[in-house]
Amino acid sequence: MKKLFCTLLAALLCAGAMALPAAAAEEEMIVVNDDISVSADYDWTRLADQGITLNVYNWGLYISDGSDDSVDILSAFTELTGIEVNYTTYDTNESLYAKLKSGGADYDVIIPSDYMIGKMINEGMLEKLNFDNIPNMAKIGEQYKGLDYDPNDEYSVPYTWGLVGIVYNKTMVEEAPTSWDAMWDERYENSILMFNNSRDAFAIAAKRLGMSMNPTTVEEVEAIAEELKAQKSLVQAYVMDEIFDKMEGGEAALAPYYAGDALVMMDENPDLGFAIPTEGTNYFVDAMCIPAGSQNKEAAEMFINYMCETSVGVANCDYIGYSTPITEVWEQLDDDLKYNEVAYPSEEVLANTEVFVVLPDEINAAMDKAWSDMKSYSEGGNGWVIPLVLVLAVAAIVVLFWTRSRKKQREDY
Amino acid sequence: MKQSHLRALQRVYLVLLFSFMYVPIAVMAVFSFNESKSRTLFTGFTFKWYESLFHNEMILSALGLSLVVAFIAAAFATVVGTAAAIGINAMGKRSQAVINNVSYMPVVNPEIITGVSLMLLFVVAKDGIAWANDTLGWSLPDNIFGLPTLLIAHISFCLPYVIFNVSPKLRQLDIRVYEAALDLGCNPRQAFFKVVLPELAPAILSAFLICLTYSIDDFLISYFTSGTTQTLPIVIYSMTRKKVSPEINALSTVMFLVILAIILFYNYLDGRRERRKA
Repeated sequence: MKKLFCTLLAALLCAGAMALPAAAAEEEMIVVNDDISVSADYDWTRLADQGITLNVYNWGLYISDGSDDSVDILSAFTELTGIEVNYTTYDTNESLYAKLKSGGADYDVIIPSDYMIGKMINEGMLEKLNFDNIPNMAKIGEQYKGLDYDPNDEYSVPYTWGLVGIVYNKTMVEEAPTSWDAMWDERYENSILMFNNSRDAFAIAAKRLGMSMNPTTVEEVEAIAEELKAQKSLVQAYVMDEIFDKMEGGEAALAPYYAGDALVMMDENPDLGFAIPTEGTNYFVDAMCIPAGSQNKEAAEMFINYMCETSVGVANCDYIGYSTPITEVWEQLDDDLKYNEVAYPSEEVLANTEVFVVLPDEINAAMDKAWSDMKSYSEGGNGWVIPLVLVLAVAAIVVLFWTRSRKKQREDY
Repeated sequence: MKQSHLRALQRVYLVLLFSFMYVPIAVMAVFSFNESKSRTLFTGFTFKWYESLFHNEMILSALGLSLVVAFIAAAFATVVGTAAAIGINAMGKRSQAVINNVSYMPVVNPEIITGVSLMLLFVVAKDGIAWANDTLGWSLPDNIFGLPTLLIAHISFCLPYVIFNVSPKLRQLDIRVYEAALDLGCNPRQAFFKVVLPELAPAILSAFLICLTYSIDDFLISYFTSGTTQTLPIVIYSMTRKKVSPEINALSTVMFLVILAIILFYNYLDGRRERRKA
């Protein structure tokens, strides 16, 4: 009897498993345009006649907005829902935080990174999401849920993710880098680029030392800063987006950067490669959130749900190059991106990664201080240039005055 | 011999000076025609960035906002500033000095302080409006951040420039011309519009142009007061994390050419007027 029950259950389960994908395939879709069609099982038009304008605040160049022949997913959203989108952009998590904290703006949807989400949650700056309005949360892969910054998935829906690795020029390095040690390799003096932002730079040095990139004591911060100082004489420049030009133009051999952007660079310059060091690296997630006090919370949730629609995700992924957390989107990608080791690394690589968490204030302060110390620190380098220029300037002025007074004396005669 | 050395040195100095000013613009213009997105390698000639610029909704709407704010703020500041300059000119010596110093403050004050203090003021105003709506039952619009705050901020930082552009011209103006107009039967208003204003016109126009450029240029103050809207400098700045698109090169080139054309046209008119006078 028991056995029979078991077989019956198994059969039922099998039938269920088979029925599910079939049901998904038959699901009715609303076609917005050639590229965008969304699930019909959602009331997209319920807020259409309220004249809502949604304020969306995102990183620069971080959405498929119709430029460079991409799909304009924002105007498709307006067409679908009747909700206008006021889309604006920022450049760092910190400037987003400053803008929200000052009370100078009301945003409805923001897309901060992991550690900033944690910080904002702690400070009560985010609204809890109502997942009845975001059924597409179910499409997000399990491995992107319950991450440290938002352990119960109450405040955020992942937008993109990726790893930090080393972009290198195959013609300029002797062997492909496998470890962060390459960034400290004296053979590549003056052709190493480094992040010009303290959190990412500290993470790399910490990983090289085998430490966590979320330091817990001031001593750890100092140890990491020493490592960065040791690297400084080898570094050509501390840069952010200049990395694109410098790497594409073959001006530098090694640079750490985000995987999604590395793919863009590799498209431009086939000599470039991307390696994820064995010591482990930073795993970052940017996620959609709603700031506390949003006037259009339901519309904002509708927008977040829309962004998780498969066709929207595919269009978006195509344009920005970062990896998607949505399983169905990943399935629809071209094979060369889908099985790309850079964008979607293997389980072993992913297992050896760490996410940024919110640091206590004292650690943050120590890090900021160590970073600016490091930047102004010079190893006996070009310190003599400035005094020399000053001396020359003073000499020039003296000579000028002297000739002038001589001239005046002569005229007086 | 020595004279010619000096001449050569002068020439080198002049060339250096102008290259520092214009080579960056030339490089920018050249790379707006670059086929690839690179800012270091020139791979081929193309107009595609100009084309895509005119399809880029975000850049165009930011440019639109920048222009709207600049024109309204410049026009408003010019009118108010000219009136203020005339008023100040009619004051006693001491109060003139006081008012001049007070209106000079915003110019020497670091922009960041102006920006932050304006933002704080607007936040207070916003809270005040919200409070009035709640307790007094008023129904004022409480979302003031955006165009209104941008306009107020831009007008306030443009005003001193107008005052300090128009005042010197006003001091040059011979008061007897105005008196003569009154003697010849003008009432004060007619005398102002027919005699004083035409004399001031060049100063007012240049004040207007200065306001226009300062307003389009401004990043810091706009950044703090723009709310959820975006002016052109803010859009360009936010691109720096990934990559400043060559569309910005194209846009800057177009703007440079338009401004150059305006200046040349203005100088041409000026020259013609001078010649006619002579």
